[in-house]
Amino acid sequence: MKYVDYERPTSLKSALDILSEKGDVTKIMAGGTDILVKLRVRSEQPDLLMDSKEIPELNELSFNHDTGLTIGAAVPLYKLYADADVKKYYPALVDSTTIIGGIPIQGRATVGGNLCNSAPSADSIPTLIVLGATASIQSSGKLREVPVSEFCTGPGSNVLKSNEMLVTINVPAPADNSAAHYMRFIPRNEMDIAVVGVGSYVKLNASGDKFESVNVSLASVAPTPLNVTEISKFLSGKDVNDENIEKAGQLAKEASKPISDMRGTAEYRQHLCSVLTKRSINKSIERIKGA
Amino acid sequence: MSKKVHVQTIINGEDVEFLCEPRQSLLECLRDVIGMTGTKEGCNDGNCGACTVILEGRTVTSCLVLGVEVDGKELTTIEGIADGEKLHPIQTAFLENAALQCGICTPGFIIATKSLLDHNPDPSEYEIRWWLANNLCRCTGYDKIVRAVQESAKKIKAQAGG
Repeated sequence: MKYVDYERPTSLKSALDILSEKGDVTKIMAGGTDILVKLRVRSEQPDLLMDSKEIPELNELSFNHDTGLTIGAAVPLYKLYADADVKKYYPALVDSTTIIGGIPIQGRATVGGNLCNSAPSADSIPTLIVLGATASIQSSGKLREVPVSEFCTGPGSNVLKSNEMLVTINVPAPADNSAAHYMRFIPRNEMDIAVVGVGSYVKLNASGDKFESVNVSLASVAPTPLNVTEISKFLSGKDVNDENIEKAGQLAKEASKPISDMRGTAEYRQHLCSVLTKRSINKSIERIKGA
Repeated sequence: MSKKVHVQTIINGEDVEFLCEPRQSLLECLRDVIGMTGTKEGCNDGNCGACTVILEGRTVTSCLVLGVEVDGKELTTIEGIADGEKLHPIQTAFLENAALQCGICTPGFIIATKSLLDHNPDPSEYEIRWWLANNLCRCTGYDKIVRAVQESAKKIKAQAGG
């Protein structure tokens, strides 16, 4: 690792001042589980590492029935998945965050970092996308909100400018008759990177026999986490039955643009898109029905 | 070139101060700066768990923590597990169950086990395997380690009860 300076600002203002002055040579660190590895292999070589863990706004974790869930960008995964409101209202976030790395990684890593690292395989991003989450991005004097579905722009790249930082991720309050779910395929039982990951969100009508809205997002099958809007369009207003869910799986397969690599061939990944999408939608439906 | 930072921390209950460069990992600081070599280096990228320590009550891989980050924080390392010459029940259980061969992963496993049992004194086999998934052992095949952890839980419970 080349020499790097380290700052640990204790206020958002001082963090933003640092970024205004030298954002182009600064990397922001939360849990450090990705950035420290990148520094060590020199795929990132910033002059300054800015530790964001002591900034109060980035440590917020709060839930409100009207405004939903606010996840500070530096909240570690173990705090998120142990939170009673997250467990009750956002089980898909628990699905995602309990399978990122192992226990020591979850003690450090953050959803904010997972988003900003912008890996196509990130396990938390599809869930955030299907839940309709937005990212609050701050620079000196300016706050902007970006839907998580538009946050990533390529493998490891995103909409953040050098003078900006992610402050919170905001997830809408859960609607009645709705639930979400995330699952991935890995050849091992744990500690692996998704061959394919699928997040789904389903909202049914009051009698539970028609889809009102459905979102599906895929990991590891495109340069960015993929938001499969074709499924949302197709399933909206349709009956809940195997045939329609089968078609959703087919649409996921058609939307995916996977590559072949050591984790799986493109063909295998497309097959998995279809299988996992069907399973995940069914799991979301089970959650709505309390099964 | 190399500006050093002063770090004040508590390791195994004792105040420790050291100087390090911001780029140095906690693992490097423990081993090369402070001279506490019980914590081992394996992969140096968070996969193998040989360097596991407890930081503010959470298990972390010390290769993915910077030395400067532990300023004002509290750490437990393998050196803080035994009570002087008296082994901790986890250490005894690992010995009795032959849960180690070459030994390089053992400090990490013992720290991870300590942390598991602190959080969950009566874990199922599934919970043990899940919690220890971030610790790799290339010798034992894990079964002996799982048995040692189960035995550790019993020993600690017996100690607390008696």
